[in-house]
Amino acid sequence: MTEARSSTRPSVIDARGLSLTFTTADGPVHALSNVDLTIEKGDFVSFIGPSGCGKTTLLRVIADLERQTAGTITVNGTSPEKARLDRAYGYVFQAPALYPWRSIASNVALPLEIMGLPKAERLRRVQKNLALVNLAGFEKKFPWQLSGGMQQRASIARALAVEPDLLLMDEPFGALDEIVRDHLNEQLLQLWAKTEKTVVFVTHSIPEAVYLSTKIVVMSPRPGRIHDIVESDLPRGPRPLDIRETPEFLKIAHRVREGLRAGHSYAD
Amino acid sequence: MNALLAPLRGGGVLPFLAIVAIFLAFPLPGDATSLGLSPVALGGLTASVVVAAALFLRRADALAIGLGLVASFAGAALLIDDLPDGPLPAGSPGMGQGFWFALVAVWLLAWTTVDRIAGLSPRHPVARRAADLAIPILFGVWLLILWEVLVRGLGVPSVLLPAPSAIGAKLAAETATLWADFRQTFLKSVLVGWALGCGSGFLVALLVDRVPFLKRGLLPVGNLVSALPIVGIAPIMVMWFGFDWPSKAAVVVIMTFFPMLVNTLAGLDAAGRMERDLMRTYAAGHGQELLKLRLPAAMPFVFNALKINSTLALIGAIVAEFFGTPIVGMGFRISTEVGRMAIDMVWAEIAVAALAGSLFYGAIGLVERLVTFWHPSMRR
Repeated sequence: MTEARSSTRPSVIDARGLSLTFTTADGPVHALSNVDLTIEKGDFVSFIGPSGCGKTTLLRVIADLERQTAGTITVNGTSPEKARLDRAYGYVFQAPALYPWRSIASNVALPLEIMGLPKAERLRRVQKNLALVNLAGFEKKFPWQLSGGMQQRASIARALAVEPDLLLMDEPFGALDEIVRDHLNEQLLQLWAKTEKTVVFVTHSIPEAVYLSTKIVVMSPRPGRIHDIVESDLPRGPRPLDIRETPEFLKIAHRVREGLRAGHSYAD
Repeated sequence: MNALLAPLRGGGVLPFLAIVAIFLAFPLPGDATSLGLSPVALGGLTASVVVAAALFLRRADALAIGLGLVASFAGAALLIDDLPDGPLPAGSPGMGQGFWFALVAVWLLAWTTVDRIAGLSPRHPVARRAADLAIPILFGVWLLILWEVLVRGLGVPSVLLPAPSAIGAKLAAETATLWADFRQTFLKSVLVGWALGCGSGFLVALLVDRVPFLKRGLLPVGNLVSALPIVGIAPIMVMWFGFDWPSKAAVVVIMTFFPMLVNTLAGLDAAGRMERDLMRTYAAGHGQELLKLRLPAAMPFVFNALKINSTLALIGAIVAEFFGTPIVGMGFRISTEVGRMAIDMVWAEIAVAALAGSLFYGAIGLVERLVTFWHPSMRR
């Protein structure tokens, strides 16, 4: 909660007055309204909020999967489109989205093939990133032969194989049970500490957001907007799972919960 | 009594009935029209049916199944041998009741044998494969046996339905003609038409996918063409492309084009939203997305069309030959031999067409298994 940590690090994402309105048959839907947000290099930022608050939409705007209808946003100092074409980020979806006709190794190699990397380099990166997510030895398996958790880990390896400085993750563990989720959260945090990437993480779980993040963006729906930005004063880097029982952790979780409740109250 | 009836409960009714039937087959005193088997043959048949059926009442192992197979086939051979060679004389009541009871007994024994083979669950993969193959083969063979015996035993006129043996004899005697017809119709009209129709449907689908206005312009036209009746199209194609096989291939092209177009288009839309977004995050071009995502995802649909079209092509080519053709081809042969009442030749052509069509379909299915191994319907 130290707002004092001023930006000595360069900003990776900078949004000013960002709005996005979908036109639907039932009239316009304000998915994002007047969003101001700065994400600095090396941050682990979570977007949290109820469904319909625009957290996924905001992530998709950053990834150039949607275009804003008003306001400006830069990714790595350029437009999101330029960043996408530069393959500046890796994106992890809610579901693994592995191609069933490709083996695990070949799925991880998919972005590398599209980037036109030589075969030796592809092989090196596949080995390295599968090892990073503890999937060494599963190269020849097909996605449907693995459990859901393993599939999602493979999809993380695929995003990492691009070797981006920015990792965008859209509720990647939402469909997994709590034990697997805890385990993957811990691994993700270790990975983040090891690689010093910037991570933007969408979730609707308060413990997950507080456990992982250096900064928690609390969003509220109708129209989707930022209600509060909570800077975490938990130690950076790998955190033990037990940290979730400490008073510091609970204090942050409390503030996030209060924010979610306040952002939601008027709508009911 | 209870102990005697016990085996009947576990699927023992069939062998029990087989034993009853074989004893009913014995000629009654003074019954001249009954079974024409020699006492030795009848005794041997009765003994083997009773022993095999009795074994089946107790167990279903390799010995019982082997004995069941031998007894049922030997019995069938004896009965077929007992049939008169020529047509039954006019006014003849056909075979006597002893013959039909013996047939029922042998057939029940065969049924039991297949039932016991189906009940086996061999651990060894080769044995399991053999059992999986044996059941449809035995089923088909018995269908032919019953067909043969019923047609000849009841004196069905061959114009209505020839016996399989007559069709087989025709197949053997007319091999050269049948081969020439097969080459003309299947190897030329069907294969060329199918390949051109499927190929062009596929390519046009790729084009339609890339140029959206074509979807609105071309699809209704394609739909219209596919709805045209073949009896109207075939004579027109003869005028355009001449009497020989190219006009038949053209009919096949028209019949197969649209199913492939529609299926490929549906297949190209089959890839999910997330899978496409993934390609977008990689800044993949249209060609890369097509090659690495949308075409692989479309393959189950494409193979569906290939299989549907394999049957359509055969029907189309044969029917098209009814409307002007050189004096060779399966459709030509069928239409002329029907006119000459040579129904056994018609059946011989039908047998060739059925066999060729099944093998064609099966070959496509095999390739499909290799290409779309990942699809939930193919996973094992």
